[in-house]
Amino acid sequence: MSHVLPPAEGINLPGLLLVFAVLLPILGLIAMLGLRALHPERVARVVAPLGLLLACAILAEVWEGRSAIDYTLGGWAPPLGLKLRADGVSAVMLVLAALVIGAAALFSQHQFRTPPDAPGDTRAPFAFWSMLMAMWSALNLVFVGEDLFNFFVALELLTFSAVTLVCLDGRATTLHAALRYLLFALLGSVLYLLGVGLIYGRYGVLDLALLSELAQPGPITLAAVAMMTVGLMAKASLFPLHLWLPPAHAGAPPAASAVLSALVVKAPFFLILRLWFELLPAPYSPLAGQLLAALGAAAILMCSVVALGQSRLKLMIAYSTVAQIGYLFLVFTLTAGPAPFAGLGWTGGVLQLLSHALAKASMFLAAGLIAEDMGHDRIADFSGLARRQPLAIFAFGLAGLSLMGLPPSGGFVAKLMLLSAAAASGQWWIAAVILAGGVLAAGYVFRVIGAAMKDRDGEAAQPAATLPATGRHALVLALALLALALGFVPLQPLALFAIGRGELAQGQP
Amino acid sequence: MSEPFALLLTVLVLLTAGWIVTVRERRAAVLGFIAYGLLLALVWIRLAAVDVALTEAAIGGGATGVLLLRVAARLGDLRPMSAQPGRMLKWLAGLVCAGVSLALMALVLALPDPAPSLAGAAMEPLARTGLGNPVTAVLLAYRALDTFLEIIVLLLALIGVWSLGPDRFWGGRPAAWYEGTPSSALTFLARVLPPFGIVIAGYLFWIGADEPGGKFQASTLLAAMWLLTMMAGLVAAPRTGSPALRGALAFGPLVFLVVGLAGIGWGEGFLAYPDRFAKPLILLIEAALAVSIVAALALMVAGPAERNTP
Repeated sequence: MSHVLPPAEGINLPGLLLVFAVLLPILGLIAMLGLRALHPERVARVVAPLGLLLACAILAEVWEGRSAIDYTLGGWAPPLGLKLRADGVSAVMLVLAALVIGAAALFSQHQFRTPPDAPGDTRAPFAFWSMLMAMWSALNLVFVGEDLFNFFVALELLTFSAVTLVCLDGRATTLHAALRYLLFALLGSVLYLLGVGLIYGRYGVLDLALLSELAQPGPITLAAVAMMTVGLMAKASLFPLHLWLPPAHAGAPPAASAVLSALVVKAPFFLILRLWFELLPAPYSPLAGQLLAALGAAAILMCSVVALGQSRLKLMIAYSTVAQIGYLFLVFTLTAGPAPFAGLGWTGGVLQLLSHALAKASMFLAAGLIAEDMGHDRIADFSGLARRQPLAIFAFGLAGLSLMGLPPSGGFVAKLMLLSAAAASGQWWIAAVILAGGVLAAGYVFRVIGAAMKDRDGEAAQPAATLPATGRHALVLALALLALALGFVPLQPLALFAIGRGELAQGQP
Repeated sequence: MSEPFALLLTVLVLLTAGWIVTVRERRAAVLGFIAYGLLLALVWIRLAAVDVALTEAAIGGGATGVLLLRVAARLGDLRPMSAQPGRMLKWLAGLVCAGVSLALMALVLALPDPAPSLAGAAMEPLARTGLGNPVTAVLLAYRALDTFLEIIVLLLALIGVWSLGPDRFWGGRPAAWYEGTPSSALTFLARVLPPFGIVIAGYLFWIGADEPGGKFQASTLLAAMWLLTMMAGLVAAPRTGSPALRGALAFGPLVFLVVGLAGIGWGEGFLAYPDRFAKPLILLIEAALAVSIVAALALMVAGPAERNTP
């Protein structure tokens, strides 16, 4: 029981940062609900920067100390109580969530503003901002939680907020998409909870650190992890459980789509990572890892092809999300060996997660600007768009680099690492899928840019009208540039992503 | 409870479940679902989990049942949104469900016996909380964060329901229960039952500290009484934007948060209670949460705002 710390003496300040990261957005939600006159977007203006500050402080703390930070809630140590813990990857995820949600919040100040003359809140702004806050708290809890049931609560928060955001405009089609999303997500919750029940019945504890010491390979453990994995796959929309995602992510308001695609589908993936690398007794069956990777590969190939055939921009971006999620699941067959967290496969997987999140957020927000300007998002009718919205198209193209895996971009480094790991372990089929996925992504990104570059008849001669360059354009561009900046990390396993995982790695034969 | 009774209960649960899945009429399925919830509550009693039984009866049978009945009534004979699944798909779904059920049964039988459990560990520090019911200690001390966030989930569900209403009625009142006047029997019940309901809820709330019961079951009962008076038209559903209602919804989680944060000041940490004041603090949190839960449950059943009458 070496992981169980006694209740800390004095105040554990770094640990409290984790508590505040989970609670701050909830506090915002309570303020929005209780005090109508505050106007929710103003509350978000206060919460978003504070949350970003908290996340950065946690990352700095983890990096300075070169070790994970944790907090025992109420002084009740696991197995009875709950613990929060942030290692290197968790801290990076916290910062990512704060960045993307901060961007979504800035972007939506205009779209979801309560009319100044309204006495209290109004429907769409209130629902949007309150759900955004709940979602943020849920994401942070997924990243710093340590307990299987605590994760379930986080997933519930995530599901309810995400589904509400999908049908915010109240049209029949988005309601349909939201209902389908809800059914898939609830199926996932049931399977996850069944797995948690079996784990508790077998080991009598739910804390991941304790379970990693107790877990034995056996039918119950394997069946439980299998059920939880399938449940989480449905929430992460891994092929073939992805059917709900395209209509849901395409129907939501742009800022919500950005958060859903960048973060919400990553949270269940993050939990699958934790189950496989911490709960499952190592080394897990290579066959199971290959099965997940094969589903990921199918997602990359099939959904990229479907994305190529889409006539609407937002649906195309949504299918691209399903394809890019596929890359994440390649990790499960690229992390064999004695030190998985010090390998290229692990680092490449985490980088793919980060760069896709930033690039996809940028793309969905750019699509929002385009749809606002054109009044539609039919790719075939995009002629003249590059002249009207050069900044949005430029950001879209830069973000596209990351999806294709072209240098310089985070996507390039991530895919190159995955490729090297695949080659090093002799899994050539994975290398081939990664390359083919890049070509297909180039196809669907260039299709949009090509359509936008076409001039309408007679328009070429006219001088360009005043260029739209608002703060929102700068925001979209900044996200795309961040995705590019990730391309400048050295091409080697990052120490940051292994912080706090050393003891786990060493504990495995 | 004897074994033949347990067997009978099991058969009834299975039959009711089959009825819910196969019956054509929406209302009949909902009634089956309510019966199913009550049967499950009996199963929990048979398994000596009285706290779970009370919650299952209150939420699974009661609150969800009323909610679904209202939905069934409002849907009327609306046509289904999507195409009916074909015969093949139905068989496939049935086979998958059967396979999963059989696998689960096999796994449950393979679980270690006696089961490893934290039940003993949960009793040990019980004295420190001043409570007698370990379930309450789990919910409000050992795993208080889970409980706090579950309340937030409840509020999210309510906001989700509200967000489905039309823009122009935001902050207004939920739709009236009936067109015209409700039956005299309903009005009579709505006048007679609430006093009893309030007393029983108070009892459930108070003994929850030491015996099975607690804020959630008590709140559900209170919400049911409130809904009964709303259905009978004795009181109007509150305006969803009224400051009092919004305050009531925010009150529970806010008190929970404040007490939790005060724990840091006491030097014990977030969500820690000083030993001497643990029980009064826990009761304070429960009482505050009860206010929010009653409001959230009743308003969720009442539905989104659909009129602007002052």
